[in-house]
Amino acid sequence: MSFETILIANRGEIACRIIRTAKAMGYRTVAVYTGPDEGAPHVLAADAAVHIGAAMAYLDGARIIDAALRLGAGAVHPGYGFLSENAGFARACRDAGLVFIGPGPEAIALMGSKAEAKRVVELAGVPCLPGYAGSDQSNAVLLAEGARVGFPLMVKAAMGGGGKGMRLVREEGALAEALERARSEAVKAFGDGTLILERALEAPRHVEIQVLADGQGNVLHLGERDCSVQRRHQKVVEEAPSPSVDGALRPVMGAAAVQAARACGYVGAGTVEFLLDGDGFHFLEMNTRLQVEHPVTEAVTGIDLVEWQIRVAQGEALPWRQDEITLSGHAIEVRLYAEDPAQGFLPQTGRLLRWRPASRVRVDHGLAEGQVIGAEYDPMLAKLIAHGPDRDTARQRLIRGLEETEVLGLRTNKAFLVNLLRDEGFAGGETTTAFLEREFAGDASLAPAAPRGEVLALAAFIFAARRGGASDPGHPRFGWGNGPRPVVRFRLTDGGAVHEVVVTFRRGVAGLELVHDGGLLEAVTLEQGLCRYRSGGGDGSLVFAFDGDVLHLEGLALRDVTHAPAEAADTRGEAALRAPMAGTVISVAVVPGDAVEKGQVLAVLEAMKMEHPLRAGVAGRVGAVSVAVGGQVKARQVLLEIEGDEE
Amino acid sequence: MGILTSQIEEEAFALNAARMGEAVAEFRAVETQVEAAAEAQRERYAKRKMLLPRERLALLLDPGAPFMELCALAGYMRYGDRDGTGAGAGAIAGIGWVSGVRCVVVVDNFAVKGGTVTPDGLAKKLRLQEVARENRLPLVSLSQSGGANLSYAHEVFIPGGRGFANQARLSALGIPQITVVHGSATAGGAYQPGLSDYTIMVRGQATMYLAGPPLLKAATGEVATDEELGGAEMHCTVAGTGDYLAENDADGIRLAREVMAALPWRDAVPPAPAREFVPPLYPASDLMGIVPADARQPYDCREILARLADGSVFLEFKPEYDAQTICGHMKVEGLACAVIGNNGPITAQGAAKAGQFIQLCDQGNVPILFLHNTTGFLVGTEPERAGIIKHGSKMIQAVANARVPKISIVVGGSYGAGNYAMCGRGFDPRFIFSWPNSRTSVMGGAQAGKVLRIVTEAKMRAAGAVDAAKLDALESGTAQMLEAQTTALMSSARLEDDGIIDPRDTRDVLAMVLNICREAEVRTLQGNTFGVARL
Repeated sequence: MSFETILIANRGEIACRIIRTAKAMGYRTVAVYTGPDEGAPHVLAADAAVHIGAAMAYLDGARIIDAALRLGAGAVHPGYGFLSENAGFARACRDAGLVFIGPGPEAIALMGSKAEAKRVVELAGVPCLPGYAGSDQSNAVLLAEGARVGFPLMVKAAMGGGGKGMRLVREEGALAEALERARSEAVKAFGDGTLILERALEAPRHVEIQVLADGQGNVLHLGERDCSVQRRHQKVVEEAPSPSVDGALRPVMGAAAVQAARACGYVGAGTVEFLLDGDGFHFLEMNTRLQVEHPVTEAVTGIDLVEWQIRVAQGEALPWRQDEITLSGHAIEVRLYAEDPAQGFLPQTGRLLRWRPASRVRVDHGLAEGQVIGAEYDPMLAKLIAHGPDRDTARQRLIRGLEETEVLGLRTNKAFLVNLLRDEGFAGGETTTAFLEREFAGDASLAPAAPRGEVLALAAFIFAARRGGASDPGHPRFGWGNGPRPVVRFRLTDGGAVHEVVVTFRRGVAGLELVHDGGLLEAVTLEQGLCRYRSGGGDGSLVFAFDGDVLHLEGLALRDVTHAPAEAADTRGEAALRAPMAGTVISVAVVPGDAVEKGQVLAVLEAMKMEHPLRAGVAGRVGAVSVAVGGQVKARQVLLEIEGDEE
Repeated sequence: MGILTSQIEEEAFALNAARMGEAVAEFRAVETQVEAAAEAQRERYAKRKMLLPRERLALLLDPGAPFMELCALAGYMRYGDRDGTGAGAGAIAGIGWVSGVRCVVVVDNFAVKGGTVTPDGLAKKLRLQEVARENRLPLVSLSQSGGANLSYAHEVFIPGGRGFANQARLSALGIPQITVVHGSATAGGAYQPGLSDYTIMVRGQATMYLAGPPLLKAATGEVATDEELGGAEMHCTVAGTGDYLAENDADGIRLAREVMAALPWRDAVPPAPAREFVPPLYPASDLMGIVPADARQPYDCREILARLADGSVFLEFKPEYDAQTICGHMKVEGLACAVIGNNGPITAQGAAKAGQFIQLCDQGNVPILFLHNTTGFLVGTEPERAGIIKHGSKMIQAVANARVPKISIVVGGSYGAGNYAMCGRGFDPRFIFSWPNSRTSVMGGAQAGKVLRIVTEAKMRAAGAVDAAKLDALESGTAQMLEAQTTALMSSARLEDDGIIDPRDTRDVLAMVLNICREAEVRTLQGNTFGVARL
C-alpha cells in the first residue's frame, strides 16, 4: 500500500461518510476544520484533526497540503465542492508527494471547461446539443452562432458549474443583452468570461451516468441516476435507476459515458451528465469527482464508491467486467436543507435542538444535537436515501424516513420534500426538470401558512405543563375541577404574528383532553420532548424542544406572551408637561404653536443641584405655556400643554 | 389489612345511578344558568374593554392546574333572587394555583345582577377568609363591586365590618392578600383593597373613594371627577393607596401573578415525601349508584369507602362493638385519613366508640372524615337508660375539641343532633361538602308534620273540636315546606356547606383537602402585630 493515512479535505456529511469507509478499510484518517466547525462530528470521527483557519480555509490548498504532510497523511480525499475540481490543487498534491484521490489534474482541467469538454467528447462520438464552444468570443460571432444554433438556447459560462452562470434566451432579440449579462456575471463568479452557447431543451430529464475507471485502462459505468427534480438547476431529488431509461437505452448511454471518460484519460469515480428528451440523450458536462447523490448508485449496485476511489488510488484494478455490473431494485435520495420553502427557500440558521435521524433509511449527515448551523456553508443538513425492490416501495420508505426524522431548532424543507414524494406526478415517475416550476409550483409548503389550531392548542398545553407541580400533566388532578373548567385564552407569538388560541384542559374517560376552537384532542400525554394525542384524524404526535423560553416545533418557534406586559397606555404619553419635582425652570425651548415630537426636550428644570431635561410625552402642537424662565415650580405642577396630533 | 369488597346489585344500582344523575343534573343546571347570565353580558363589557369574570379567573389561574370551586350555590333563590342566577352570591371563588402557589381566589361576578352584595355574598366572603386563615392560603381577589344590595344593606352593615377585621388579622398572621381593583370600590368597598397587602389598580377602570362624585357634591358641595377623586393613577402616583398600576384587566392579572411569583411562599413548606399509592379497586363512577333512590333504604357506607380508599383498604376500628357507627383508618393518595360513617342511628355504644376513636385521632394527628348519613341519635327508653345523652355529649365534646382537621361530606341525611355529632357546619369542620341527594335538617319533613299534627290535635281536643281536614293540611303543608327548604340545593344556598359536589369527584376533593390540611400544618408563618400598614 502506498499510503496508510488519508486526509479528508472537506466537512460535514461527506467528510463523515468518507471517514466511515476509510476507517472500515483500516486506514488512519485525518480531518481538517475551521473555526465554525470546531467540535463538529467530522472532526470527532477522524483519528486526528487539524485546525486550518477561518471559515473559508477549506479552499486553502496550501494549508491543507501542509496539514497532510505534518500529520503523515499519504493521500488526500477532496470530497465534493471546495477543491475537488481544482486542477491546481490536484497538481499541488502530486507535487508534494501526496496521492490525490481522484483523476489527474489534466482530466480535471479539461472537463472543468465546458468548451473544452464539449470539443473532446464530441470528437469521441458522444451526442451533444447543437452549440458553439469556440474560442472566438466576439459578440458578432456569438450572435451569428446563436442564430445558427437556434432558439431557445442557453448562454453558459464555460468555467461555471453547479447550475450557476446560465441564462436561457428564448428569442434572437434577447441574445445580445444576455451575452453581456452572462459575461459580466461569469467574470465576477468564476474569474473567466468565456461563454458557450447551447441549444436549450424544453423540459428535459436530467440523467447522469456514474463511471469508475482504474489506472490500468479499465473504464466501467455503474448505471444511471435521474436528477430531474431540480430547483433553479439545483438538484432536490435523485434516483437510480431512471424511470425513463430502459434496458435498451442504458447500455447506449453507458457506453457514451465510458467514451467520454476515456477521452480525457479519466481515473477514479466520475459522473457524465446528460439531458434526455424525445430526441435522445445529449452530453451536458462531466463532473470529475464524487457526486452528492452517489449513495443511490451504491444502493442499487452494492458497490461502495468511496472504497473503490481509494482502491483505484492505490493502484488496484477494477475486478468486474461491464456485464457483471447489475442494478437491483430502486433507490431514491432527498436532500434535507436548512431552508424555508415558504419564504423562497431562504437559508436558515440556528441551533439544532433536536436531531434524530430515521433509523430505517440511510441518512448521511455530519450533525449532532446542540450544533449551531451558521450561514458560512451550504445549508444542506443531510441526505436521506431509501432503497426498495421497486420504485414505489423506495418512495414510501423514504416518506416514512422523512416523517420519522426529528429536526428542531431551525426550519427545513422537510414538509416540502414529503409533499413532493407524495405528489402524483412524482409517484408516476413522469417528472422533468420543469416539474418544480410548473406542476408543483402551487404546493402548500411553498407558501407561508398560519399554524393549525391543533398545533397551537398543543403548544399551549406544553407551555402550561412546563410549570410543573400542580401544572404537571402527571399530577393526579391536572385538568380537574369540580365546576366549569376555565377556558384559557392563550397568546402565542411566532416572532411575526400573535396567534390566539382558546383552550380548556379537562379530564376525560381516555385521559387528558384539550378542547380548542377547532375541536377536541384526547388522550393527550407528555413525555420528554414528545407530545402524543388523539384527534378526529387518528393518533398523532408532536416533537418539541425548549430553547430558553422559546418552544420549538417542526417548522415553528413560539413564545408564550399570554401574560406579556401591556403596551403602556397605547404608548400615548401625557399631554401635559409636569414638573417631576419642585425646582426652578432654567430654560423653555418652545412657544405656543410650535410643533413638537414625542421625546423632544421642551424645558429644563434645575433641582437638587442637577439639571433635568423635560421631554414631550406625545407629538403635537404646544398649547398654553404656564411658566417662564426663572419660575419656581412645585412637584407635578403643569408647565405646558401639548395638543396631541389627530390620529 | 382489611380490603373492602363490594356487593352491588345491578338493577338497583342502575335505578340509584339514574336518580343520583338527576340530582347532579339539577345543581349543574343552576351553575349553567349563572354562566349564561354572565355570558349574556359579554358584548357590553367587551365595549368597555373588560374581561368577563370567568375570563379573569382563567387568566389568573395556572392553566391546567386543578381548581376547586367553593360555595357556587350560595344565595340561590334568596334575597330577591327570583330566577336562580343569584347562585354564587356575586362571586366565583375557590382554591386554585396562581404562579405555582395554591391559594384562595375570589373573583367578583359583576356580570350577574351587577355584582351587588347580599348578606349571602358577605357570608361567602367571610367563609373564604376563614378558609384562607385556617388553611394558611394566600387570598387573591379580583374586585369589581356593585356595592351592597341596598334592599339588604341593614343586614350587611355589621357583619361587613367583620370582613375588614379579618383582613387586618390575616395580614398580621402573615397570610398575604393580593387584590386587583378592576372597577369601582366605593365606601366600605374601598377598604377591601385598602386593607389588602398588595393592591393593583387598573388605569381608567378602578375607582376607589369613600364617597363618589354625586354623594360628594351632596355632602360638601365639592365637584370632582371619578379620576380626580379616586382614579387608579391618582391612587398610585399621589395618594399611595395603590401599589401597582395596570393598563387593563389582563395587565392587572399579570401583575397579581408576578407578585405571587415574587414571594418565596412555597419555601416555607418542606417538600412532601413522594408517596406511592394504589388507587381504589373500584371506579369512582360506582359512587353514583350506591345511594338508594329511596332515601329510606339503608346501605353500607363501606361501599362508599371502597371507592375512596387507596387500594380499597380500610382498617375498621371496633367493628364488633356497635354496627351502626363505623370508624376506621384509610389512606387517600398516601395520606392518612380516619373515617366516621353511619350505617344507622347513633346508639350509646356507637357514640362511645366514636368518642374514643376521635381522641385516638387527635393523639395520632390523623385528620377525620365524617360521612354523614344519619337520622340522628337513637330514641326510646332503652337508649335513655343506657345514657345516650351522656354518651352523645362525650362524642360531641370530642368532635368539638379535637385538634385535627375535620372534613365533613354529607352523603345522605344529616338530622338533628346527628348533624352535630358528625361535625356539621356549626362545629367548624375544615371543609364541608354535600352530595346532591343529601338533606340537612333538624328533623325530616314527615316527622315534623306528624309532630305538629299531634300537638295541634291535642290543642284542638282540649278546645273541643278536632278539624281533621285542617290537621291533614297542616301535616302535609309542614312536611312539604320543610322538605323543600332542606334539599341540598337550599341548604347550600344558605352556606350550610362549602358546595355541592358530584359524588364522582369525592376522592379528588378529599385528596386535595387532605393535602391542603397537611401543608397548613407544616407551614411556618411570619406574623406581625398589626398587619402590614401602607405607610
